Amino acid sequence: MKYLILVHSDAHFLERWAGLTDAQRADFGLGHRALTDELLESGELVVSGGLADPALGRRVAVRDGATTVTDGPFAEVKEHLAGFYLVECTAERSLEIAARVPDAVWGLVEVRPVLGRGDVDL
Amino acid sequence: MSGRVEDLLRELAPQVLGVLVRRHGGFDACEDAVQEALIAAALGWPVDGVPANPTGWLVTAAQRRLIDTWRSDSARRRREDAVSASVGDGPVPDEDDTLALLTLCCHPALNPPSQVALTLRAVGGLTTAEIARGLLVPEATVAQRISRAKARIRAAGGRFGDADDETRLPAVLQTLYLVFNEGYTASSGDALQRVELTREALRLTRILHGLRPADGEVTGLLALMLLTDARRAARTRQDGALVPLDEQDRGLWDAAAIAEGVALVTGSLATSAPGPYQIQAAIAAVHDEAARPQDTDWRQILGLYEALAVLAPGPMVTLNRIVAVAMVRGPAEALEQLDAVATDPALVGHHRVDAVRAHLLDRAGDADGAREHYRRAAARTLSAPEQRYLLDRAAGTSTRPG
Repeated sequence: MKYLILVHSDAHFLERWAGLTDAQRADFGLGHRALTDELLESGELVVSGGLADPALGRRVAVRDGATTVTDGPFAEVKEHLAGFYLVECTAERSLEIAARVPDAVWGLVEVRPVLGRGDVDL
Repeated sequence: MSGRVEDLLRELAPQVLGVLVRRHGGFDACEDAVQEALIAAALGWPVDGVPANPTGWLVTAAQRRLIDTWRSDSARRRREDAVSASVGDGPVPDEDDTLALLTLCCHPALNPPSQVALTLRAVGGLTTAEIARGLLVPEATVAQRISRAKARIRAAGGRFGDADDETRLPAVLQTLYLVFNEGYTASSGDALQRVELTREALRLTRILHGLRPADGEVTGLLALMLLTDARRAARTRQDGALVPLDEQDRGLWDAAAIAEGVALVTGSLATSAPGPYQIQAAIAAVHDEAARPQDTDWRQILGLYEALAVLAPGPMVTLNRIVAVAMVRGPAEALEQLDAVATDPALVGHHRVDAVRAHLLDRAGDADGAREHYRRAAARTLSAPEQRYLLDRAAGTSTRPG
């Protein structure tokens, strides 16, 4: 099965981030890199990435064939997606991996199964 | 590359690799060398024609690559000389090497995704890109799984075992079945040039059956694949939606595959001890032999699920047996049994419990209850086609004649 590990961020996180030393921030970044390298090596990684600032997000809507694009930032968003890991492994292992994401210390990591093709004849 | 050359190379790949591993050991270096020889052949043969002794040509080419590899490593001079001395005109490969290779690829030190990737590459002769397309993961991921698997096999000795071949046969069967399911559950009819993993699994299982014709479970797996794949054309609609067994157009089923599957499983059940693959094949055979859904011999299916529950118990076997109970003895008794097993830890919160309950309530005439449980099952399933099917059922329950 494939699982998407969502790394969230919110105002609290940004406050805490501001209070970290340079060394602590470096450890954080290295933790992500080490995890990606390890998952690449184990063959479990499909893709991972960190997302640019949510202010750079743009919303796209198509109405009557016409496309409108709205530039961010979008004020009402309390929590945003900061990064993701798409992995292929067992359910149990997906939780192990999620626990290794540095952001997990702040409870900002979520694991969601990706809908697969199933294996059944109905 | 022409299809004929491609098929020939896939067929010869495990034989060539087998000769090299048997002779020199070092599975990973041999596998690299064989890959290069296959590439050279794929490029050259369509232009220059297929050599008179294609296996010999590939063995010679692969051994030259192996020598080149060792030549760059001066500490291995003496081994290189030994190899040079042994390069002949291509020996007759031992067919059984394929089984030894399959066993090596399903080494217990490897996890299932690695076993699948390595089997497809080393035994199936598929390229990394083809495997990646088949498994719907990036090529880099597959390449990594393969190289890591080879490193693990190297660490474990990388040579053919002989004493443990038979004990590892179940792992080989499981891997082939995994490959089959990967292909079978892929959406059919997409325009992508997908590698036919289903066909590949059937081809490899057929080879294995040729090597172990008296093994009931090998025969059972081959029969199960044939009897399942026979329904492929009928199980999805044009738009990719799943068609349940009782609504499939049976005229689209592959009669030749069914006949072969039925013959295989009938023969093996008569001559060997029954195992899980044979029982599952027998169940598929009973379904496939019914000209219309109402002709299905549910009593026989119920008996087979009862046997399967003894041989290989599991949550899905439990639920499928309950569906058979409903067909033989009515939905009320089946619902009672479902209530009894729903507290089993393996089944708590499982979407299939809700799906079965919805089906039973629907048959019992409780449309509201059925709709509710179809919705619950849809919310919990991890399969996209199944989710769609369950939502369709939820929407249609109130309008369908009971």
